[in-house]
Amino acid sequence: MRFASALPDPNAIGTGAKTSRCAILTQLPYSRGREVAFIIEMLNITKDFPGIRANDDITLQVEEGSIHALLGENGAGKSTLMSILFGLYRPDHGKIRIRGKDVQVSDPNVATRLGIGMVHQHFKLVHNFTVTENIILGMEPRKGPLIDIRSAEAKVEAISKLYGLAVDPRAKIEDISVGMQQRVEILKMLYRDAEMLIFDEPTAVLTPQEIHELMQIMRRLVAEGKTILLITHKLKEIKEVADICTILRRGKLIGTMKVADASEERMAEMMVGREVNFHVSKKRGAPGDVRLKVENLNVKNQKGLLGVKNLSLEVRAGEVLGICGIDGNGQTELVQAITGLTKAESGKIFLRDKDISRLSIKERTSLGLGHIPEDRQKHGLVLDFTLSENFIIHDYYEKPYAHWGVLNKGAIRQNAQRLIGEFDVRSGQGGETPARSMSGGNQQKAIVAREIDRSPEVFVIAQPTRGLDVGAIEYIHTRIIAERDKGKAVLLVSLELDEIMDISDRIAVIFNGEIVGLVEANATDENELGLMMSGALRKTPNARPDSSTRGIA
Amino acid sequence: MKKRTEKVLLPLIAVFLGFLLGSIVILLTGRSPLTMFAAMLKAVSGIDLSTGQSFNPRYIGEFVIQSMPIILTGLAFAFASRTGLFSIGAEGQLMVGSLAATAIALMVHAPKAIHLPLVLLASLAAGAIWGGIPGLLKARFNVHEVVVTIMLNYVALHLNNFTILNIFGSQDRVKTAFFPESALLKDSFLEGITNGSRLNWGFIPVILALLVFSFIINKTTFGFSLRAVGYNKEAAKYAGMKVNRNIVLSMMIAGAFAGLAGAVITTGTFNFGRALPAAEGYGFDGIAVALVGANEAGGILFAGLLFGMLKAAQPLMQSQGIPKEIVGIIQASIVLFVAMQYGIQLILEKISKKKAEALEGEQQ
Repeated sequence: MRFASALPDPNAIGTGAKTSRCAILTQLPYSRGREVAFIIEMLNITKDFPGIRANDDITLQVEEGSIHALLGENGAGKSTLMSILFGLYRPDHGKIRIRGKDVQVSDPNVATRLGIGMVHQHFKLVHNFTVTENIILGMEPRKGPLIDIRSAEAKVEAISKLYGLAVDPRAKIEDISVGMQQRVEILKMLYRDAEMLIFDEPTAVLTPQEIHELMQIMRRLVAEGKTILLITHKLKEIKEVADICTILRRGKLIGTMKVADASEERMAEMMVGREVNFHVSKKRGAPGDVRLKVENLNVKNQKGLLGVKNLSLEVRAGEVLGICGIDGNGQTELVQAITGLTKAESGKIFLRDKDISRLSIKERTSLGLGHIPEDRQKHGLVLDFTLSENFIIHDYYEKPYAHWGVLNKGAIRQNAQRLIGEFDVRSGQGGETPARSMSGGNQQKAIVAREIDRSPEVFVIAQPTRGLDVGAIEYIHTRIIAERDKGKAVLLVSLELDEIMDISDRIAVIFNGEIVGLVEANATDENELGLMMSGALRKTPNARPDSSTRGIA
Repeated sequence: MKKRTEKVLLPLIAVFLGFLLGSIVILLTGRSPLTMFAAMLKAVSGIDLSTGQSFNPRYIGEFVIQSMPIILTGLAFAFASRTGLFSIGAEGQLMVGSLAATAIALMVHAPKAIHLPLVLLASLAAGAIWGGIPGLLKARFNVHEVVVTIMLNYVALHLNNFTILNIFGSQDRVKTAFFPESALLKDSFLEGITNGSRLNWGFIPVILALLVFSFIINKTTFGFSLRAVGYNKEAAKYAGMKVNRNIVLSMMIAGAFAGLAGAVITTGTFNFGRALPAAEGYGFDGIAVALVGANEAGGILFAGLLFGMLKAAQPLMQSQGIPKEIVGIIQASIVLFVAMQYGIQLILEKISKKKAEALEGEQQ
């Protein structure tokens, strides 16, 4: 029993649903002829921003007690629509109804009062506060002049239990995992008696296990009578958890359909506007000489312990070596040591035949090392710079961008226009757009554009498609394969197993700072990799019994 | 609202609100705010509405010399600020700049074409060294620049007084011997055409400093990397920029601006080195000027002139019976309102929303 609420029977509509790819229900109400209670109705919403119509006559109707997915590419208008619902923007046209009543959501407080809660993609938590302190922030229960933390804790615990969240109300935010922090955000909404929960890309920051648990939580919430609006561009998740799906593309409503009736391929096509290949077609690689060689590398992590232990690996020209592993097993330290952001404790890193382990970042870059960083907002971009400034962040002192130390604005602008066009980076004001105002997906696209455009000989790529939609993922994967085919050596680090399996030629599994497995990509499966990722299995070529990680290259 | 207009409009609103608040305080003291505005008019033009005294360039001269040093210390604060540093050291950098100018003025004998540039260069260099110390400590040992710059302000004060009193010597325990003519920005021609004000050639280095600031920050690759470090150190590091070198250089250049202010005061406004009982507050005025001027050369010029005008108007107001603290209140509240600009922005947005709603209502 998945849902406690009265869900429409998947077989009740569209007799041909099984044969046709899906029943698109652009005509509203889509549930014609049946009694359905819509808890949220956004009717004919239009919103203009300077230079762009973010929402164009969009109608969204959400049934009470359902999980309703809102699907669209980066910049399709999902966030704008939700911001309107949450009272952050006012629509230029259209109206909002909650439980059949017209409402004016003029600010988020109104939304909260109406029972709408939002779990943001980037959590809004005070790190050195406890879970309970964060939850009651702004509406602290009092006992005389003092905050009544005891009763609040009890209430938080009760809610947590009811929905199976398993959150410790006394834990400090900085001590709990990202997945738990997200649950605190959810609790915050539930504590405020939210009936309608908006999840904004909730899985972008989670590990596969945490995603699985989140899905269960969402089902539990719906079972208890809540309604969920899920903003995402991950089709798998929609397929797994959502009942109804509304698809937006470039600000327009494309359709609303029952998830059960739609295939992933069909949804992807509607979202992107063309057919999408989930799997990048690639020829067999033709690996050449070793371009990147890591020898017995030891790197300390932030806690001062060894995050990478005596690690060795090789990447050849014309191949993609994928590094997979559960988050926090040394991937970040490995990437940062290779690219120079962190100093290695010991060990050597060779680019071709040159030991680069003691060189500066600039020297490594000019020797032909490229890097798409894991954290786009921390390392990848200067958010307060414009897009065109971000494009030249490595090469700003070189011709044509500068002459005698003076910037050449014309050349910088041209470069931006070229990259925006070539890589389809969407931004309101072209090169002059502040990076901060761009959507996360387009920020990532901008970084990928900049780095691929430099065409480095050895390319270290970390999490290149985190938070991106299928269309963009397909594009970036194609570009990575194209770099490989040009004879570049690519080291790909990703938490997405699909991504690793799709584009790697060889896969190395990292566990606890060591490479515990090295396999050919076409000779393994999710199961085997999963076992290695959890440390239950070791598999390296020429490995001696009970071997160390040496000699795996 | 457009970003550009906002950038100009918000500080103007802050200034307006500052004066509004000042006026209210004056009303509370039982005086007319108009007296204050009359004093301000007199401070910039010499025109006195109550006595009918007409235009007098002497007042312009005095108003400009009040503005010059705080524009320079404003540039000093802003330059460090652009690299993400919060330097409170302009005061001390100014003092060592002044001391260096004094030393060169008294110890070197050369024709003006050599002597005066030497004096200015010495003040720039001394300020740069004084600014470079906290920069170096920050870059090397991650010592917070606020702490070091505050401490160095005191060191500078006592170094200045010790040197003036014990090395250059003075009859009255306050000032050194007069500088030779060849070391001075002070000029009888400028004094003559401004009816005997203390106006001097200092405005030329000030204008140059404004241009240099704007050029470095906005046009050069160096400024590009400084801004990158200021906005996001990690991203600058990732891009291969030398973050630590930029921090040191930025602090040195900021110090040079403040050091120059020392020379402008010592060889322009005065013609002798001075022992100081306490800091004169140019450094802190500079912080206010930079904040109001949004760390941009144009804004700093505007804010420097505004605060210079207030400084010049202060004694005039006092002679009209308005407490001299009023000027302090106005200055402080302008800075406060600038700091509150997000709030002001929100209010503006609310107003424009209301307007849009009213329009909608009419249409329906």
